[in-house]
Amino acid sequence: MTMTEDPTRATTAPHQERTMRITLRVWRQPDARSAGKMVSYKLNDVSPDMSFLEMLDVLNEQLIMDGEDPVAFDHDCREGICGMCGVMINGRAHGNGLHDGAVQTTTCQLHMRSFKDGDTIDVEPWRASAFPVIKDLAVDRRSFDRIIQAGGYISVPTGTAPEAHATPVPKKDADFAFDAATCIGCGACVAACPNASSMLFTAAKVTHLGLLPQGQPERNDRVVNMVAQQDAEGFGGCTNIGECSASCPKGISMETISRLNHDLLGALRAGTRPKS
Amino acid sequence: MLVVTVTTESGQRRAPKAAKTSSVFKKAVMAVSGIILVLYLIAHMIGNLKAFAGREDFNHYSEWLRTIGNPALPGATTLWIIRIVLLVAVGAHIWAAVSLWRQAKRARPHGYVTKKAVAQSYASRTMRWGGVIIAAFIIWHLLDLTFGAVNKEGHAGTPYDRVLASFQNPVVTIWYAIALILLGMHLRHGIWSATQTLGQSNRRREVTVNYAATAIATVITVGFLLTPFAVLFGLID
Repeated sequence: MTMTEDPTRATTAPHQERTMRITLRVWRQPDARSAGKMVSYKLNDVSPDMSFLEMLDVLNEQLIMDGEDPVAFDHDCREGICGMCGVMINGRAHGNGLHDGAVQTTTCQLHMRSFKDGDTIDVEPWRASAFPVIKDLAVDRRSFDRIIQAGGYISVPTGTAPEAHATPVPKKDADFAFDAATCIGCGACVAACPNASSMLFTAAKVTHLGLLPQGQPERNDRVVNMVAQQDAEGFGGCTNIGECSASCPKGISMETISRLNHDLLGALRAGTRPKS
Repeated sequence: MLVVTVTTESGQRRAPKAAKTSSVFKKAVMAVSGIILVLYLIAHMIGNLKAFAGREDFNHYSEWLRTIGNPALPGATTLWIIRIVLLVAVGAHIWAAVSLWRQAKRARPHGYVTKKAVAQSYASRTMRWGGVIIAAFIIWHLLDLTFGAVNKEGHAGTPYDRVLASFQNPVVTIWYAIALILLGMHLRHGIWSATQTLGQSNRRREVTVNYAATAIATVITVGFLLTPFAVLFGLID
């Protein structure tokens, strides 16, 4: 996959590939209770075609060979679709916005060619009290799961799937709902937000389900309970700064936040109160 | 897709507390009180521009403010109603701001070693401390031009005399200008943010809302700055 991105280099000099020297400053924290600190590591043979996570794999191989504790970080699909990976890279969530015009991406889809030979790269975990550090770069994001449990679902009868044409959805709504549904729950919005607010995440879910006919029965309860849960989890409030949307690997729009606010104020007016 | 893991560990799922005052509700309080204050600023700015019509018109306007509704309403009833609405709006605005500020502090007790802004504007970054400075300015402003406590003309002079006494001093005019530019930025982000908070923005309107916010903020800032600079440069005396 990476070969197709730069065919010239792959065909002309496959074995004499230019390598990079990178200095990493990584947040090391043994567990949730201990204090952490930035630790410097030098890597000498980094291929520009490596993904950021592959570069961390190389670091970990080196650490294991040296008898040191490898750096803990979350990852799973490495295809930019699962939402497991995510670290702050040079102060930016997933490294998004490192260069003008760079595509928004997840950490696993960021490649070392985005950096220069000799660069020093700071790597830190998402920081929010609702995302406590488990170890090093891995954080506990179960607060997101609990927000989903509070209302990020629809009730459907079991049994035979209903005829699809029985519930028509306007194209515009279907498109916007799908855009919102592309949220992978990685937590970059919280990490990038100056208030550590989970508003964009919750708004994506509220928009996704609230636009579709299947999401209507629970629409008021959903927004009220999900917002109450995100407050209870200890996330900050939204101040519409836009760091979240600019850092989101899926480009979830600020419009979803406006929709959440609209739904919430409507639900409160209709007398809906959160379940406690 | 996000996979929901339903954990059965008891005590893991914290129950929402104090949910009636949700962060979004506080934001709505902030937005509505902000709108009231913006409307007042527009009226106040128009009143200030009467300084260009001369001493008599300006003082007459000031007198009219204290007698609106007379004789049906006694004395300065209308003025006091306006003052009470403003005090409540300012109080609500500050309460929501302080409460959300504290929530944000709690939400990230340990900051990043390295953090770069990707999208935030200077205006959005300075909302909180800018707000504190604006509050300090308003207190000074009331002591200066409303009560005359820190004004050379004191309470004895006419409103027009107090305006001249203040703004003929370049230090006062510059301090006034700094506060108003801060206010302009506060409004620039505040108007956009209020539109979002009240759920009235969408992708189609986003650009328009942002331009409108910039336009309103600019008009108010420039409108307020015309009088003091006209006094400073001797265009009004």
